Amino acid sequence: MTLLDTLVAALGAGSVRVVDLTQTLTEDFPIIALPPELGQSAPVRIERISNYDASGPGWYWNNLSFGEHTGTHFDAPIHWHTGRDLAQNTVDTMPVGQMVAPACVIDCSAHTDPDHLLTVAEVQAWEGQHGPVPQGAWVLMRSDWSRRSGAAYANLQADGAHTPGPDAEVMRYLVHTRGILGFGTETIGTDAGQGGHFTPPYPAHHYLHGAGRYGLQCLTNLHLLPPTGAVLITAPLKIHHGSGSPLRVLALVSERV
Amino acid sequence: MTGPFPPPGRKNPLTLTRVPLLPPKARSRKAHLLTAAAATGRFALPCCGGCGAFAFPVPEACPVCLSPDLPMTDAPATAVLLSQTVAEVPADSYFRERSPWRVGLVKMDAGPTALVHLHPGCVTGDVVRLSLLLDRAGQAVLHAAPKGNTDMTTDPQWHEMTAHPRHRRVLITDARGFGAAQIAASLKKAGAREVVLGLPEAWKPFDGRGLDGLTVLPLDMGSERSVADFVRDHGHKVEIVVNTADHPRPMAAATPQALREALEAVALGPHRLAAALAPVMVARGADGPYGAAAWVNVLSVHALAPMPAMAVYSAAHATALALSHGLRAQLAAGGVRLANLFAGPLDSPGFQPMPHPKVSAGAVAGAVLNALTRGLEEDAIGDVARDLMQRLAENPKAVERDLRG
Repeated sequence: MTLLDTLVAALGAGSVRVVDLTQTLTEDFPIIALPPELGQSAPVRIERISNYDASGPGWYWNNLSFGEHTGTHFDAPIHWHTGRDLAQNTVDTMPVGQMVAPACVIDCSAHTDPDHLLTVAEVQAWEGQHGPVPQGAWVLMRSDWSRRSGAAYANLQADGAHTPGPDAEVMRYLVHTRGILGFGTETIGTDAGQGGHFTPPYPAHHYLHGAGRYGLQCLTNLHLLPPTGAVLITAPLKIHHGSGSPLRVLALVSERV
Repeated sequence: MTGPFPPPGRKNPLTLTRVPLLPPKARSRKAHLLTAAAATGRFALPCCGGCGAFAFPVPEACPVCLSPDLPMTDAPATAVLLSQTVAEVPADSYFRERSPWRVGLVKMDAGPTALVHLHPGCVTGDVVRLSLLLDRAGQAVLHAAPKGNTDMTTDPQWHEMTAHPRHRRVLITDARGFGAAQIAASLKKAGAREVVLGLPEAWKPFDGRGLDGLTVLPLDMGSERSVADFVRDHGHKVEIVVNTADHPRPMAAATPQALREALEAVALGPHRLAAALAPVMVARGADGPYGAAAWVNVLSVHALAPMPAMAVYSAAHATALALSHGLRAQLAAGGVRLANLFAGPLDSPGFQPMPHPKVSAGAVAGAVLNALTRGLEEDAIGDVARDLMQRLAENPKAVERDLRG
């Protein structure tokens, strides 16, 4: 019996569960909003080609359009200027082996401040309980922000978005000290809503992609994952020279034995 | 004053909705010279370049001197009512449904004698004021009303040939759009039964200031699903649409992406709404006295006269204008009219670097109400647009060179 046979059997028996960490790709899900004079991400658009009607009597299908960074999506290193010159920095060239990797979930959901920042102290407190964040693992910041919707989810104020995220120091720690594979959030970006005012601006993007690491955002169902032990399957669309892509993020969670 | 227009009760769901019929619409190509005047609210008649005589209807040659030179010329809009009658049982189905229908014979101060639709306050022998209106078939007809400060809204025939918002339900497509609050207030004040404002991207901030007492509903014209959901729920409750879609980006380079965004916002979005809503409006063109009446587009004058510095913006509005002609033809089957109002630079952040004068929100609201209450198909909003349209008619190349800067 191979390891895969064992896995398949465990999946069949339910001792390994598959958890969907993906938001449904819809037209009214908030996306990144930049100043109007800058280039904008195309929103998600789903347009009917036919619906068993005169345009196609026996079949239903749609045309899709969206920016690379819409819905639950993956950020490749080339997305940020710091990762622009790295090898294999696009979604079509990144190593496929890195599309399956373990995940650590840091629960920040007790913090109700929309501007809550994940800090080194918080990570180290988590490590005190669960052990060091392993090299090559995803770190997922659970905020329960995905339980919000619409305007409360985007939380755009006159001075920009107010959503939780990491501070600059913790990103240096996770990327350079722990060597994580990537960082994931439930909000629209891997950075905090006010991350543009940090030093450097947007530190999650800056450090992750500068080191060839990845980002995941707009995740959901993180409360269904254990602090350690889950395995993420994160396969972005193979877009030529793509900087990211919407994707289905699945987690394999094993029952404790 | 409600006059012959009491507020409507709720519709009896067991009665068959009246199919919209139209008045006779056959006209000669020459007669459309009058259509052009009526569409813009002018009272103009063919006037002989040789002898100066006015003519009506539009002849091939001057009936006095046979000159073929008969340019449309603003004419005195007064006449004497020679006689009048009321058609109690007209032979034409459209008029029979709306009988009794008053008509009169007038002797124009400009010279010609003509048969006119008649305001009920007119007295034979009195001086009357003439208007060229577009009837439900979109053709130019003459209407006479008592001279002076007459309340035109008490005339059911005038009501039939305009799109007064009284007792009608209005959709303003974008609650965040320029002038939305002012347009809504203006139409509400004019008697609109309900004003609904569409709110795209409801997840973005919206303070709703100035919209007290109005209804704001999710409507994202960029989303096929949002449009379909809106029309399923509310499409049969919209008698007037005011489309304010706009996307000014004065400093944007004319990239394909910028063009795509502008086209999506200004042309494709409203086109998506029209595809879903227009068939409903056509079907409801004669749904009681306050059936579907009008679609108003607030466009940029640069749809007509493209501005090189805002080529993308101009192209988007030109596309919207081209699409509006298709929509107008579609709506015409139900007697629903379409008005295109061409605005100069708006007094909004999108036109911040442009010189004054700019168009205020109040001016847009006034132009929308004016177009509806007079049944116009085309008008300028603001001096810049008016001047551009006039110069465009005279010498389009000069306008092109001027706009090049």
